[in-house]
Amino acid sequence: MSNVALQNITKHFKQVTALRDVSLTINHGEFFVLLGPTGAGKTTSLRVIAGLEKQDEGSVLFDGQPVDTLMPAERDIAFVFQQYSLYPNMSVYDNLAFPLRSPLRKMAEADIRQRINHAAEILRIGHLLERKTAHLSGGEMQRVSIGRAIVREPRIYLMDEPLSNLDAKLRESLRVELQHIQKIQSSTILFVTHDQIEALTMSDRIGVLREGQIVQVGSSDDIYDRPVDTFVAQIVGTPRINLLPARRENGTLYVTDSTMHVPAPNTLHAAFILGIRPEDVKLSPEGAFAGQVALTEPLGVETIIHIRAGAQTLLSIVPGITDLRIGDEVRFDVARERLHYFDQEGKRIGTT
Amino acid sequence: MAAQSTPHPEVNYSTRVDEISGRARTLNSVRAVIVILIALIMLIPVAWMTLTAFKSRPDAVAVPPKVLFEPTLEGFLSLLTDRRQLTAEQIAEYSQRTDLNWADQIALSRGQVITGASNYPQRLANSLIIAGISTIFSVALGLLSAYSFSRFNIPGAGDLLFFILSTRMLPPVVVTIPVFLMYRAIGIYDTHLGMIILYTVFNLSFSVWLLKGFLDEIPREYEEAAMVDGYTRLQAFIKIVLPQSLTGIAATTVFCLIFAWNEYAFALMLTADRARTAPPSIPSVLGTGGIEWAAIAAGSLGFLIPVVIVTFALRKYLLRGVTFGAIRQ
Repeated sequence: MSNVALQNITKHFKQVTALRDVSLTINHGEFFVLLGPTGAGKTTSLRVIAGLEKQDEGSVLFDGQPVDTLMPAERDIAFVFQQYSLYPNMSVYDNLAFPLRSPLRKMAEADIRQRINHAAEILRIGHLLERKTAHLSGGEMQRVSIGRAIVREPRIYLMDEPLSNLDAKLRESLRVELQHIQKIQSSTILFVTHDQIEALTMSDRIGVLREGQIVQVGSSDDIYDRPVDTFVAQIVGTPRINLLPARRENGTLYVTDSTMHVPAPNTLHAAFILGIRPEDVKLSPEGAFAGQVALTEPLGVETIIHIRAGAQTLLSIVPGITDLRIGDEVRFDVARERLHYFDQEGKRIGTT
Repeated sequence: MAAQSTPHPEVNYSTRVDEISGRARTLNSVRAVIVILIALIMLIPVAWMTLTAFKSRPDAVAVPPKVLFEPTLEGFLSLLTDRRQLTAEQIAEYSQRTDLNWADQIALSRGQVITGASNYPQRLANSLIIAGISTIFSVALGLLSAYSFSRFNIPGAGDLLFFILSTRMLPPVVVTIPVFLMYRAIGIYDTHLGMIILYTVFNLSFSVWLLKGFLDEIPREYEEAAMVDGYTRLQAFIKIVLPQSLTGIAATTVFCLIFAWNEYAFALMLTADRARTAPPSIPSVLGTGGIEWAAIAAGSLGFLIPVVIVTFALRKYLLRGVTFGAIRQ
């Protein structure tokens, strides 16, 4: 295990720039998640680290040593693919043994068996070892392919959306398992996903990618509570953050086309964008603002309420199932200490 | 909640999978009958050829055609031996001899004596060597280049692939004369080597295109996973890609083999004796004294057998191979 660093990596595919000057360090024993929408360059970053793709500029460092000239096999990394990753026509056991039987390692069969049994126990796939991979369910397949990564002790695990092809229940349980494995083995993991829940729940740190560029790197808290721009603010959190055009006049913040107004910090421009997380929009009979229920989405644990206030619609979350109906008049408040301010270009405006 | 009061909704349809409905069964029988009928129709020429191979000369040309006849090995005899016509006195003399085996007796019944073995077995052997080796080369080389085209970013890949295909665009007859002149100039006219090179090159275009179609279907993730797992690209190719592409290799092998085996025009022009293959030699049995239909049928029958054996051996790969490979591109 070791730290892995990307230094000013740039990668073009024909006319498209997949990665633009990406620099990133993943520390030893860290669960690092790269989060971004489809086409942001997440998979390309993984493939560059693995050596499956050659970067046009920049350098990949393992423990401070450049590995740019090494073949994928020599980099000693494990890759979990989104799909297709199990060797067909091989049993589960042979799949798990495959990396250990590599000419680079030449491990004794007895040691291989021991390692596989250990991995199978952790992943609860012991009963599947003799099966052909074609006869496995999706969840079992992905477990085996994670198993193929953990039978050896690579410098880093690269995981390319390993959970995205699974159904919701399975995704949830594998998420927990993966986190558990990472903690007990203190492995270094670079996990790529477009699912913000996976990113927030599993990561020690998150890197947000947008169009081939790193937008923000930080802990879940940093990303969620201090997003550097509206892009990051929107990519994390469900339901997504309320972004409202607003202006400052005489020390008061007015939301455009709405009755909402709160005292404004002095650092604000005349016109800007106000961000309010749905959980910070609180319904209460004594609330300062009035609105109308436009829609409710009961989720069981909580209910998302769409509130119409003037020309703006805000999302709010209330716990449990609500008896509010569409068209009901409601009053609400916003948590003033937790408001986000962005300039017209979407960049965060510091208020401290 | 309604869903909780009845956790298991009533099953009012059959979930048994071992029961096939009567209608489906009838339909299957109808299909089977149609398939058998088509197969029989396709086999009529082969069956007729087989019958003809065992007919005597008059039976072979009888009008109306004879389905029931007395089988004889005359056809095979005239295919496999060289004979000399005897005069009436010689026939009388030979008839007295007691050391004649069955082959001599058949020859004698036609007023001939066997003077030695014909060159047909040698030509069949030539066919086997040339078609076999050229098939191995065209599939092996085709597999390597198809893999490269499928996996690597080759500058001008489209143009190169088209160029490879274009070698197949002129009919053989058009290029035989130039090839003949070149081969004579460099001294590989009428050699096994010459024919092997020719058939290999001719089949390569076909095998590259066909195999590329198959390899494109194998996800790259397999090899990439293997390369990350500590294998070189070549090792990954051998351990992962090769077993996956067996279907395509089998289909390509059969197609290449059948082409090289059946090829007539080049063989006729570019071989004379040493490297002459079976296809141009079968009609040369036509020989003297009318067309020897039985001998031709016997020759064709022997010519058919190796291809049947190979196709039969590879049949389990072919079903998928032919349908999947052919639809692509």
